[in-house]
Amino acid sequence: MNGARKGYVRPLDLRHGAVDMTHGSGGRAMAQLIEELFAKHLGNDFLGQRNDGAVMPIPPGRLVMSTDGHVVSPLFFPGGDIGCLSINGTINDVAVLGATPLYLAAGFILEEGLPLADLRRIVESMARAASEAGVPVVTGDTKVVQKGAGDGVYITTTGVGVVAEGEDFSGDRARAGDQIIVSGSIGEHGMAIMAQRESLGFAAPIVSDTAALHGLIAAMRASGAAIRTLRDPTRGGVATTLNEIARQSGVGMMLQESALPVQAEVAAACEFIGLDPLYVANEGKLLAIVAPEDADKLLAAMRAHPLGQRAALIGSVHADAQHFVQMTTAFGGRRIVDWLTGEQLPRIC
Amino acid sequence: MRFVDEFRDGALARGLAAAIRQAARADRDYSFMEFCGGHTHAIARYGVTDLLPPAVRLIHGPGCPVCVLPIGRIDMAIRLALEAGVTLCSYGDPMRVPASAGLSLIRAKAKLGRGAGSVGTAGTAGTAAAGGEIRMIYSPADALALAQQDPERQVVFFAIGFETTTPPTALLIKQAQALGLRNFSVLCCHVLTPSAIASILEAPEVRRWGTLPLDGFIGPAHVSTIIGTRPYEFFAEEYRKPVVIAGFEPLDVMQAILMLIKQVNAGQALVENEFSRAVSRDGNRKAQQLVSEVFELRRSFAWRGLGELPYSALRIRQEFAEFDAERRFAVAYQAVEDHAACECGAVLRGVKRPQDCRIFGSVCTPENPVGACMVSSEGACAAHYSFGRFVDVTAVSEAPDFVVAP
Repeated sequence: MNGARKGYVRPLDLRHGAVDMTHGSGGRAMAQLIEELFAKHLGNDFLGQRNDGAVMPIPPGRLVMSTDGHVVSPLFFPGGDIGCLSINGTINDVAVLGATPLYLAAGFILEEGLPLADLRRIVESMARAASEAGVPVVTGDTKVVQKGAGDGVYITTTGVGVVAEGEDFSGDRARAGDQIIVSGSIGEHGMAIMAQRESLGFAAPIVSDTAALHGLIAAMRASGAAIRTLRDPTRGGVATTLNEIARQSGVGMMLQESALPVQAEVAAACEFIGLDPLYVANEGKLLAIVAPEDADKLLAAMRAHPLGQRAALIGSVHADAQHFVQMTTAFGGRRIVDWLTGEQLPRIC
Repeated sequence: MRFVDEFRDGALARGLAAAIRQAARADRDYSFMEFCGGHTHAIARYGVTDLLPPAVRLIHGPGCPVCVLPIGRIDMAIRLALEAGVTLCSYGDPMRVPASAGLSLIRAKAKLGRGAGSVGTAGTAGTAAAGGEIRMIYSPADALALAQQDPERQVVFFAIGFETTTPPTALLIKQAQALGLRNFSVLCCHVLTPSAIASILEAPEVRRWGTLPLDGFIGPAHVSTIIGTRPYEFFAEEYRKPVVIAGFEPLDVMQAILMLIKQVNAGQALVENEFSRAVSRDGNRKAQQLVSEVFELRRSFAWRGLGELPYSALRIRQEFAEFDAERRFAVAYQAVEDHAACECGAVLRGVKRPQDCRIFGSVCTPENPVGACMVSSEGACAAHYSFGRFVDVTAVSEAPDFVVAP
């Protein structure tokens, strides 16, 4: 009796309920959604301040900030969901700049009719990812759009971190002679989404690699290797990311196809659909450009970390006014590994 | 990957390359046309040319189904969606081919929005018929399923391709008939390989002027699984050009080149079958029967680059007229000139290489294609741009060989 009458508020029906327009109205329904769902799962001292923003201390260093909108379809896929993806993705964007990620903000655009049970699953997954990463969500926002104007839920996350003076992993630092390392097998996130979306029903399901990489990056920095550039090859895959770096640094690159780590399942699925794993999105991998003399040291440090066990040396940097990324094929010929053209897979993250 | 990696093996490739170098005579050149876009793609993607001696030249042929469709055919598909208000289902490749009025299927799709008539498309209501939509599909069966799910919607499948993709379209039409579907039809743009080869061999550049040296053909494997090798025997006999039907893996292509060189050296002009793992002389009789049941020859069909070719394409038979989008919606083909500077026509005939086109890589790029050959992954221009353009820049060929220690 007492429980039911407490505050005269009927709890959210998280089992059968759905998002409606009142959840974005700014009124009591929204306050309740925030209280019983977002604050309950994501709760921390900063979020607990209950202001429109959060006030946090920052350690010394330069501030790094990154933002990322997530529109992945389907919302749930093997290996993850839009929730953990939105946390890991933004942590990675901050971490590859050499920063220690500190805080996250999350903005939700909910579509009228989204089952509250799905939203809870997503928020729980975000909470788990944030807690494992040790990076709290300190502020947020919720809006609701009419049915048909969204696709379930879109989540934008913004992350801040600090990077020490003198640390610079920007994309313009690759130099001729440098070595190119990838932290593990490529193309898993994109193919997991693709297989799910097209109901390809492979016997061995491909699982998204979504993961927060700041721990791996910390281990890499601790190795003392002269890292020039770090970047996570998400949309457009390894090929597109290397082209970005080649252009920023004004260099060329030569890859060795036989050195690229690709899971057999991913290779087979790509072959089946006609995709190239070099262009398929990753959500838990990074590319490192490293001074040639430190490549072995960095590789060893990466392989000692759980997220870098399959790290591999895949190529090298050379002078090239055209900034071509080329590859020696396993077949023995040479070709360009060009920028992604058009749209390979829409709404992948 | 079993049954795939074996055909991309680097060690075998080196062995074949050595055999080709040995077989190629020092006193002559060899020019072979790979007919099919699938071969063009494989050659570029695996860097096959790097393994060939300079005396062996590969000429890209017209066998890219997207490339040979003239602008007027894409216009028909767009008109169906914009004016007739149908849901047009297309494979991905034709979506970006430039059409008339600055449109392409993908631009028309953006104009229509998702589910025309909804809030988001109010701005285009004046131009678009209610309900028009353009969808990218991976399988023709998706188009049929869509028609079944939504009987209120007129679904049109934009059927393109050579003989390989024709039997599935025939099957689709028969299925639609069996299901009694009243809202499904096909915009049939299926074309025929032998007609295109004949057109190349009859071209003045080959026949009269000799400006296009052509010593033989690498024939398309997948097409031949359907039609067999017999239709090529005419070319070998009549035009004295050897044909080797080859698979689409890079080793298949190299093996075919070796077989062609041997024939040329011996003065032979035979049809040989490198792709014996799937191709027979007579092909797939059942598929052929299915195709002839549903389709008949068009008297004439306009090809990009090759012009109007008699009996070079298929149309839906009268018995299946209700599934023919051309008849149902009364859309007619209207010829439209290619862009004045675009050399797709000459590239498709093998007369020019992509890099010989003035606008290649400057005005015409994969992001902003002017001609169809820059669009499809099987197009000669797209293949050269995406995989091979570094060879046009001498400095780059000095890039170091990067070898990873085992």
